[in-house]
Order: sequence, then C-alpha cells, then structure tokens
Amino acid sequence: MAHLHDEKIKFLEEKANEIRQAIITMLAATGSGHTAGPLGMADIFTILYFHLLHHDPERPDWPERDRLVLSNGHICPVLYVTMAKAGYFPESELKTLRQFGSRLQGHPHREWLPMLETSSGPLGSGLSQAVGMSLAFRLDKVTNRFVYCLMSDGELNEGNSWEAIMLAGKEKLHQLIAIVDRNNIQIDGLTEEVMPLEPLADKWRAFNWQVIEVDGHNFEDINDAVGQAKAVFGRPTVIIAHTVPGKGVSFMENDYKWHGSPPGKVDDDDGPAKNKQAKEALRELRSLGGRIKSEHD
Amino acid sequence: MLKPEQKLNSKLFDLSVDQAPIRDGYGRGLVAAGEADSRVVALCADLTESTRTEAFAEKFPDRFIQVGVAEQNLAAVASGLSAGGKIPFITSYAMFSPGRNWEQIRTTICYNNQPVNIAGSHAGISVGPDGGTHQAIEDIAITRVIPRLQVIAPCDVNEAKKATLAAAKSGSPTYLRLARNPTPVVTTEGSPFIIGQANVLWADEKPAVAIIACGSLVYQALLAAKKLSAEGLPVSVTNLHTIKPLDEKTLTRVCGEASAVVTVEEHQKAGGLGSAVAEFLAGTVPKPMEFVAVNDEFGQSGEPNQLLEHYHLDSAGIIEAVKKAKGRT
Repeated sequence: MAHLHDEKIKFLEEKANEIRQAIITMLAATGSGHTAGPLGMADIFTILYFHLLHHDPERPDWPERDRLVLSNGHICPVLYVTMAKAGYFPESELKTLRQFGSRLQGHPHREWLPMLETSSGPLGSGLSQAVGMSLAFRLDKVTNRFVYCLMSDGELNEGNSWEAIMLAGKEKLHQLIAIVDRNNIQIDGLTEEVMPLEPLADKWRAFNWQVIEVDGHNFEDINDAVGQAKAVFGRPTVIIAHTVPGKGVSFMENDYKWHGSPPGKVDDDDGPAKNKQAKEALRELRSLGGRIKSEHD
Repeated sequence: MLKPEQKLNSKLFDLSVDQAPIRDGYGRGLVAAGEADSRVVALCADLTESTRTEAFAEKFPDRFIQVGVAEQNLAAVASGLSAGGKIPFITSYAMFSPGRNWEQIRTTICYNNQPVNIAGSHAGISVGPDGGTHQAIEDIAITRVIPRLQVIAPCDVNEAKKATLAAAKSGSPTYLRLARNPTPVVTTEGSPFIIGQANVLWADEKPAVAIIACGSLVYQALLAAKKLSAEGLPVSVTNLHTIKPLDEKTLTRVCGEASAVVTVEEHQKAGGLGSAVAEFLAGTVPKPMEFVAVNDEFGQSGEPNQLLEHYHLDSAGIIEAVKKAKGRT
C-alpha cells in the first residue's frame, strides 16, 4: 500500500471533518438515530471511500468492485453521508434520513438503496455475509478484490459473529478484512462491564486470523494495516481500530449516552439546552480542533 | 377417483407400494441442479449424510461448504454467496434451520431479497424415535409468515426432486420441507409439478368435502378418500405442495364446489397449511373446516406410524375429520 502523502492526509482530514458535520446536521434534522458510533468511525469510512476502496460511485454494480459490508447497521448515518460525499447519491437526500418514503431507512436496506451490498441492523450476521462474498470471490477465481466488513465491538457478544470468525479462519479467506470499531461502548454501558471482550486480539488470533491493532483516527496507521492485510495469504485479517466514540465533539466523546441519541435541532436557539447541542458540535467540528479556521470566526 | 392426468404411482393403493424418504429426492434434485447450473452451491451444518447433501458434496467438492454446527452462520453466509451471484442451498434439520436461524433467514435472506434455498429435513412428527426436540412441527408457520419466502412441502421423493430443481430456478428465497422416513411414493417422474400450482389428485363427482393436504400425509389423505368414496361420501384431495404462494385459483374451485373443507398436515394447527387455507377461504368462499394437525402440543418418541395414529394424523383421523366437517354442513 502506497505511503500516504501529507497532502492526502490533509485532504482526508478535511473530508472526515465535512462528514462529521453532515452527520450532526442530518441527525439533528431527523431527531432520531445514533451519534457516537458514526462520529467515531468517520475517519475509517473516509479513508475507505476516498482512498482504499476499489469502487466507482457511477457504477455501483460494477462487478470488479471491492465489497463493503456494514454489519452494525445502526451507524448508517456515517455510511450514508460518506456515500453521498463520494457521489453515490445527492447530498440533498441526507436530510430525509428515517423519514417516510426515504431511501435512507433507519437501518440500511439494499432494496431501497441498491448501491448497498447488504441490509443490516440486527447484529452479528454481517461478517457471515462478508464470508459468503469472499467465498464467492474464491469460487469465481477473483483474486485481486477484497471484502471489507465493518463491525462493532458490542456485536462480538453475538454467537453468530464467532461462528463467522471460525469459518473464515477455517477457509483461510485472505481476501476478507474485518474492521472492528473498538470504541468500548455499547447501549447499556462499557463493553467490559456489559460483557467483557478482552483479551480481544488473542481471541481473534486463536481463530487463525491475522490481528492488527490501530489508532482508528490515524490515517497512516489504518492505511498501513490494510496494506498488511492485503499482503498476507492464507489468513483473514482483523483490524481492531481503537476509536473514540463521538470523536470530534468534546462533550460527546467517550460518553455512551450518545450511542443511540441524536443532538437537538440546529435551528432552535431558544429551546431547551439540548437544542444547542448540534450547534455547539458543529462549531467545534468546523475548527477541526483549532487547526482549521472556523467559518464563524 | 384418482385423476389420470396426474400420472400417479399405479401401485399407490397396493400394500406393496414402494416407499422412499422425501429427503432422498432433495439429494437427487440438488445434484441435478448442480449439473444444470454451475452457480449452485450447497452448504451444510454437520448433517451432510442425513440431509442427503453428501452426493452433491462428493460430485462438486469445490461448491460444497461445510460450516459446522452453526445454523445462524449457515444462513447468513449463504446470503453473502447469493450476493456474490451464487445459488445457495442450505441444509440442516428443520428444527435448526429455519428453527434456530429464523432471524438470519428473515433479515439476511428475505429482507435482503437473496434467493437462498433452505432445505429443512426431518420435519414433522414422523421423525419418530428422536423425539420432540427433533420433530419440527412449527416450521411452516415461521416460514410462511416471512414476506417473499416460498414454502414448499413435497408429498414424496419424486416431488421433492422436482421441487428442488424448481427452487434453484425460481429466483426467490424458498423453504423446502423434507421428511426423514420412507413414505409411499405417490407421484411419478411424469407427474406435473409447478411451484404455486396445487394438484388435484382425487375427485369424486360432486365432492361433499374438499381435503387439502401436504407432505407425506397426502398419501394418508388418498387412503381416506378411497374409503370414504367407497362408503358413498364423495370427496376431493388436493396436494397443496406449495403453501406459499397459495394457489388461490385451485383453492377457490375445489373448496367452492364442496360444502366443507378438511386440511391435513404434519404440523401444528396454528399457523400451518390449515391456517393458510382458512385465511384465504374466510375472505372468499367460507366453509366449515376441520384441521387434521397437531393441536398445540409437542411430539414424542415412537415409531412414525404410532405417532401418526396417536395424533390422529393417519387416514383414520382424516376420515373422522371429514365426517365431522360434513356433519356441520
């Protein structure tokens, strides 16, 4: 995998920031949906859609494309925003999230939005589907394409996840790259309190996977890990991406209460405190931690 | 009398009628489907021999995937293979698939509209000695309630082969309900089979009661028809092999011309073939109905014929139900 130049990194950072802003705006407008996970995974989605994936938004059914399966469908705000930014559908559609008749269903549905590889929401079965897609590649002797499966740490509570992990190890599916959003939270609290996952890397290793741990907000780390995944034969790879849930918005970071809650509406300054949340979040994101001049400064 | 155009087994009413397990027809159909289309793949959850997936696995080892005892994975991996352009058949016992993996079938296969074929062997009470844990008598209910999923319960080994081949070509997610033990061969190679088209196998003149059956009990229904007809109670027997989509045209005709209806299945009364027929008739040609089915209880160990008799699913039970239905008209 080619080294990431500084300019590319800057491009990705700015793109990820745009994606985070669009997520906040979309969720605030909709008034329902998940916030923490989408913000935490924005960097990974950005580098996938704007650097790593072999894809063509003009031809979503291009047979030569890499496959991307989002297993934890509830973080679909980041999927929808990133796909729109990549050119799969108009950004103007984003504000229809979760509304009656919208293609952007509360959890992704591939019939409503055909450029998706699969529908998801119920946890634990996305990796199985990615295994099936990898097996289809092998049957068709397609050797230069990859299947990415994005999953949450919480869904590793599901037995179905481990059934898939076991089969991928048995079948030595080296074209399969799982990326686990290791953000340590799930709906009821911290993962290690709800149902401990550690030692997580050892568990995957024991199932005959190559395991790479990265900082999920470091583009170079992620890029190198995917390069290493592609270089190894005879084993699938899991990238355990340590992420900060709610990343980019200080009052949302690491607070599991933001797992399933949207910020309050943007345009309602006079309402209760909650309604100022989206505005504050956007103010923080526009400056990218002070590194980008805010448009409101 | 038997309908000649159905080309049924000429030895149907002989004591020496040939018998074969319905699951054997699936095994043969799977090989034939694999020969006809290289996209056909088979997956199994550690029951390759008893689900009759073995012949396919030997003939097409590259297209056979052993997932181990993991039925949820079985269903969802098949969804991924279908997304990759394959035509997957997944096999286990009906109790485990579609029993244990119902949500994966609903979401990853049906909601996703991936035409995966789900073969559930060892369905019905006639599984016998294995007992209630292994006797799937709720599977029609849990499959027919899922949008898009076709539900087929072949009546014998020949029909199972045809249903398997038809499922491979259908382009829709399909559940094939199979049985373990040898049962009489009702149809022949030449008998008609089209998904969604019920076959009227027996029709007396001016039938008083329409019997609608599926699976191996179609044979019991025909035995009952022969006796009833001889006693002067005219009936018809329809093999409703496809429970979904329902053949509304044939049901309207055969139920419309009778004054009562009896449904017959190796399944719970709630949610099965009888429910499907009742739901339809209630809005079209309502008739007094009796249900030959298991009534809200679990199965148990025993020989298949003992169990059919105990739960009143045999020809004697059907005759009793027909007379009761007739008495209500």
